[in-house]
Amino acid sequence: MSALTFTLKTAQQQSIDCSALTPDSLSGKSIDEIGAIKLGTGKNTLRVSDAFDISGSDTQQLVFKNATGKLDYIGANMASGSITIEGDAGAYLGLGMKNATILCKGSAGAFAACSMRGGLLTINGNAGDFLGAGSEGLRKGMLGGTVIVKGNTGDRTGDQMRRGLILIEGNTGDYCGSRMIAGTIGVLGNTGAYTGFNMHRGTLLLTTQPKLHATIQDCGMHTLPFLNLLFKSFSNYDSEFSKLSNQRVQRFVGDLAYNGNGEILVLNN
Amino acid sequence: MQINSMQINGIHIDDTFAEAFNMRGTRIIITAQNHKWAYHAANAMTGFATSVIGCEMTADETPDGRPGISILMFAMGSKVLMQQLETRMGQCILTCPTAAAFAGITSEDMISLGKHLRYFGDGYQTSKLIAGKRYWRIPVMDGEFLTEETTGMVRAIGGGNFLILATSQPAALAAAETAIDAMKKVPNVIMPFPGGVVRSGSKVGSKYKTMFASTNDAFCPTLKGVVNSELSPDIESVMEIVIDGLTFDDIAESMKVGIEAICALGANSGVKRISAGNYGGKLGPHLFKLHDILKGSAA
Repeated sequence: MSALTFTLKTAQQQSIDCSALTPDSLSGKSIDEIGAIKLGTGKNTLRVSDAFDISGSDTQQLVFKNATGKLDYIGANMASGSITIEGDAGAYLGLGMKNATILCKGSAGAFAACSMRGGLLTINGNAGDFLGAGSEGLRKGMLGGTVIVKGNTGDRTGDQMRRGLILIEGNTGDYCGSRMIAGTIGVLGNTGAYTGFNMHRGTLLLTTQPKLHATIQDCGMHTLPFLNLLFKSFSNYDSEFSKLSNQRVQRFVGDLAYNGNGEILVLNN
Repeated sequence: MQINSMQINGIHIDDTFAEAFNMRGTRIIITAQNHKWAYHAANAMTGFATSVIGCEMTADETPDGRPGISILMFAMGSKVLMQQLETRMGQCILTCPTAAAFAGITSEDMISLGKHLRYFGDGYQTSKLIAGKRYWRIPVMDGEFLTEETTGMVRAIGGGNFLILATSQPAALAAAETAIDAMKKVPNVIMPFPGGVVRSGSKVGSKYKTMFASTNDAFCPTLKGVVNSELSPDIESVMEIVIDGLTFDDIAESMKVGIEAICALGANSGVKRISAGNYGGKLGPHLFKLHDILKGSAA
């Protein structure tokens, strides 16, 4: 069986809500039934077959071709199977994903991995603001799973993150790890201003010294044994992070303005 | 006296069985900066009553990539095992420089390893969920104490044993040491007494109401004339090796290896008989028949 493939017919002016196109919701449906599914776009709806050419039959493996940043909510709440996006994805990629795999070969919009609970989301390009954060109104961000971004991310990466792992091979915008509750964010590039702002707990693993605000305090150089466990777990992923081995770090703790006990570990290269 | 025709290298093997009982067991992996400190922690942890034969692990084999020791702990019940594990974690591993502790076995029943010990961190402890396992990092004066949150608890068997009957105390002890050296190489078992050897074997019950067990008078050489002794006139000393293990087969294999090592010494070593602690079904449901074990047909 070949992967069920959705090829975008024409570039859209309006965003399309693709949350209905997941392995879980399409399981057992025929091509005709899938084509008749209505997707939200602005204040209107359109049939899947109006927006996409549909081919293939394996509903556990979905492929979006010619994808653009107008395709929102791809893989939302999916609990099984895999989705490959050949192109860019819009906002809320992998929203609330429970246990599945998403590979975005291009870049993703804001709120990718938002409220994600499990699985693996890989973005080969860049990700927008609020990667791994909580969706509007929620007081907790990402709750589990792993996110790998090969490029850069926007502001507020991991905002209110509660659990899980975010690995960013490029740079992040401002407020990386803001209001973080737990979990781990690794950044191989640079971080913007106010890194760890209002951080409660959790770990930011950096390779370059960030510009830190006054309420993040330096706790000195240390060799931390748990990093070996962490680095071993990175070896499961196709990522530059799998090359890390140095357990010597400068440890910063904060945000003391929030009575926080989060840590920023800067690897000693 | 119960001696039958089975002999190996001139040493009689009694047609009897060792009687063992159910226990609960767990395995912990202790790592440290080097094996010296891992052994310090493991020796303190196993301590009295569960003295354990340590199993060295190389850095490649341990979770955190440091030299380590794998230890087994057994107790008569789950409550006691959990209590002892937590107590010993706090007094022996938390305190030992550079030591860390990890689960060495997984099961449906997971018990606390560092789950409660984390509060020693007084709010500065940090949890990390790595590859599906939860660890605790507790700040201590040498850096950080790292421990996994839980370890597995499995059903196990305790009290497998055999007795070494010899013409002198030195001969009995030398044979016991030879057996222990061989049995140390068998996985999943421990010989839980000083040096792996017991000189105070016991029988079930006592003339005193408060005692559940008392000296095994039938095998005490100084009582040969006054009790229904199991000893012939030439036997002057008896040593016992007790084995706790994760499964029946582990214990049977260990007993076989130990007895064969003693028999290889021959009758000239002073060892005349091998017997076992048979309590007539009063002690436990697991019977290790010496003849079957040595024939390789124990089950």
